[in-house]
Amino acid sequence: MNYEERLQNVTVLGAAGKMGSGILLLTAVEMADISLKPENQTKTYVLNAMDVSHEGLAGLLKYLKVQVLKIAEKKTVLLRKIYADRTDLIENKDIIDQYVFDVINIIRPVTKLEATYDSNLIFEAVSENKDLKVKLLSQIDSNNPNNPWYFTNTSSVPINVVEKEAGLEGRILGFHFYNPPAIQKLVELIVTDKTKKEVVEFAKTYAKNLRKIIVPSNDFAGFIGNGHFMRDSLHAITETEALAKDMPFVEAVYMVNKVAQEYLVRPMGIFQLIDYVGIDVVQFIMKVMNPFVTDEELHSSLLDKMIELGVKGGQKSDGSQKDGFMKYEKGQPVAIFDPDEKEYIPISEFKDKCDKKLGPLPDSKISWKSIIRRPDKEVLLKDFFKTMKTMQTFGAELAVKYGKRSNEIGKKLVADNVANNENDVNTVMLTGFFHAYGPVNTFFD
Amino acid sequence: MKKLRKKVYMTAGYNTISLGTGRREFHPKKPRPGIEHYIKEAGQGTLKQIGGAKNVDEGAIGNFMAPRFNRQGNLPGFIPMIDEELQWKPCTSTEGACGSGALALMSGIKSVLAETADVILTVGVEVQNTMKAIYGADVLAGAGWYQKRKNGHAYFFPGQFSDRAGAYYEKYGMEYTRKGFRRWFRNAIENARLCPTAQEYENKVKDLDALYDKMKPNGKAFVDNLSVLDCSKVSDAASAIAIVSEEGLKRIGIPKEEAVEILGWAQVERNITNDPSDLTELTTIKKAAKEAIESANITIHDLATIETHDCFSIAGILATEAFGFAEPGKGAQFVADGNTDRDGIIPMNTTGGLIGWGHPTGGTGVHQAVTIWEQLTGKAGKAQIEIPEDRPYGMTVNMGGDDVTVVAIIYKRG
Repeated sequence: MNYEERLQNVTVLGAAGKMGSGILLLTAVEMADISLKPENQTKTYVLNAMDVSHEGLAGLLKYLKVQVLKIAEKKTVLLRKIYADRTDLIENKDIIDQYVFDVINIIRPVTKLEATYDSNLIFEAVSENKDLKVKLLSQIDSNNPNNPWYFTNTSSVPINVVEKEAGLEGRILGFHFYNPPAIQKLVELIVTDKTKKEVVEFAKTYAKNLRKIIVPSNDFAGFIGNGHFMRDSLHAITETEALAKDMPFVEAVYMVNKVAQEYLVRPMGIFQLIDYVGIDVVQFIMKVMNPFVTDEELHSSLLDKMIELGVKGGQKSDGSQKDGFMKYEKGQPVAIFDPDEKEYIPISEFKDKCDKKLGPLPDSKISWKSIIRRPDKEVLLKDFFKTMKTMQTFGAELAVKYGKRSNEIGKKLVADNVANNENDVNTVMLTGFFHAYGPVNTFFD
Repeated sequence: MKKLRKKVYMTAGYNTISLGTGRREFHPKKPRPGIEHYIKEAGQGTLKQIGGAKNVDEGAIGNFMAPRFNRQGNLPGFIPMIDEELQWKPCTSTEGACGSGALALMSGIKSVLAETADVILTVGVEVQNTMKAIYGADVLAGAGWYQKRKNGHAYFFPGQFSDRAGAYYEKYGMEYTRKGFRRWFRNAIENARLCPTAQEYENKVKDLDALYDKMKPNGKAFVDNLSVLDCSKVSDAASAIAIVSEEGLKRIGIPKEEAVEILGWAQVERNITNDPSDLTELTTIKKAAKEAIESANITIHDLATIETHDCFSIAGILATEAFGFAEPGKGAQFVADGNTDRDGIIPMNTTGGLIGWGHPTGGTGVHQAVTIWEQLTGKAGKAQIEIPEDRPYGMTVNMGGDDVTVVAIIYKRG
């Protein structure tokens, strides 16, 4: 079975979810492009969008229509060539509409697992629950006569555990997209000792066709991305809790968040990122990872407390941010949650006081947005952090400590053999988290 | 051409802003004024200068594709909307693709000569940001022959002129040619920065040459031989001007010095179902400019300034050759050497032209007339160029389609 034959019948499990919908979109476009080749026009292509939620599937189709339209509008120059023989399609609009239909026409929204029994390839993007993953994959595998291959999007569960428990020897690998899959370039590729060579070859071709950057990660819980993110979050939480002994909790959250974003020149603050991913998801990933790490404790009682209070973050189905550690208006944080008072306190009430306590930035012109696309950003950052290290301000001290910790986490991922080298760690943070620089650097020495 | 049976003037020009990418007021996702807003603003802008609508005998409006961009036909009906005193007066609309505006001017000029009107309110308008560029390209493709659409480029007109640029590159060298394009682009932006209604008025790029060199043509995303910097803007705008007889000037109380006299013109049409015979020549423009100059009984070297239809940089370069300023293949050099700069031998498109001021397709012909009127009567503000005493002449060249519907008009300070 060659690449194109394998993609004739595919399933995405958990297709209505945030990750599943993106994987479905990218796969549908790839399959449609194959189906439109002259030699494939008599073949039928099937992509099962499998999810237990009818409501979710209805929303999925709306999402797909909008996204495929955008993709089609961007590649109309090429589409005119693909549909050159269709004399009924004259204008760009005719061609774009046809392409949207041809992509959507491949997709079968389904809620019953039986639909997957004909597939050659299964993408798994259900919730981060090992037992659920094992149950679904083993059930499919015992009913599907094609010996299908399984690409799991897990961000935390070791692949060999799922492989063994579901009995999928050699036919599974970790293919971990970053959120949102349609935009983020990074895919972490995780193989087990047994993963067959042809499965890996297929995964590489598929990633290349989707214009993704592959970073290999070894099969340790959390892999590289969450390996860094979880520990980085825990550092922020620990710092916040320490600060909160001498000041109100909300002010501590504000300051640590600001240090991460503005002093460390990241795309968003750490608590905003936790809210973006979802407090419940972060808690869950730590819970999955923790049994596999021996020399540290990946757990936060603060996260537990927030969940207990029903404060979860994450996103609404339209992509807007739900309230978590912070409350958002038009995507911007405007208030911070006080777990004792169980209410959001407006940032405007304490912003000036906190900013004064943190002190000035080394250079107010340097921000993530201002430098991310600049070719000379390395030099700019070096100067920025060099000045920061000489500053005796509260903000600078917090930032240097934070930068050093991030560096340590990065190096430990290599020492623990999660990543093959420091460069892979940096690539993951640059492409999966959109950081302006990798955690393994000399800025904070 | 026969001697004109009476004198024809233009005066009281008015331009709305050219709205689209580049303008601070432009937000692609926010609601924008409709076509009626532009017609009204431009029309009233002219009426205010000529003593009001009571002085107007007729209305003419040039527009290309309102039926598709705005789902609106029957544009003459919008002229009485400009002012209630225009109710019941005769109105006409003209369409000849991007040459629609000049056809409206011609309609007014002919009414004066036919002695059926002494004051004609002439408006040109297009509101085309109602759709994304990829769909707008379908609409604008209507300026070509519909039977060619299927095999044409997704961006149909950029595709047509990309082929012209490609043919010119092949004959005379790409690097050489693009030096001319680069200067044409730089002039367009620098001139637009002097004109508050221009779409690129607020363009702040310091090194325009470097920007131009960075933006290489990319056939995968756009067309093979042109980048977006070689293209005119997608614009929402209207312009208006009054076309009047000598009696009309008296009626509206404007002295001749504040008007321009129409000395001559040429209106030339090419068969739209034929491909251009030579991609490196704008044959229709060449004929039109020659005939217009002859009809005015001057030479091309008597002109102080020209507004030419630079829908693409290549059209600007080819126009310098069509007008006779440069031999075939030397137009790129002529422009690169600064001869069309605002202080060059023959300043062209002194408020930015279609690339810098904007290109509200059906309105452009009227906008060109307004700019020439401003320059020849000293009303161009910061964009004012020096008009030599012995060369008080200007020319507009408005083109519809790929060198299909062309009008050239010669103006003299009144």
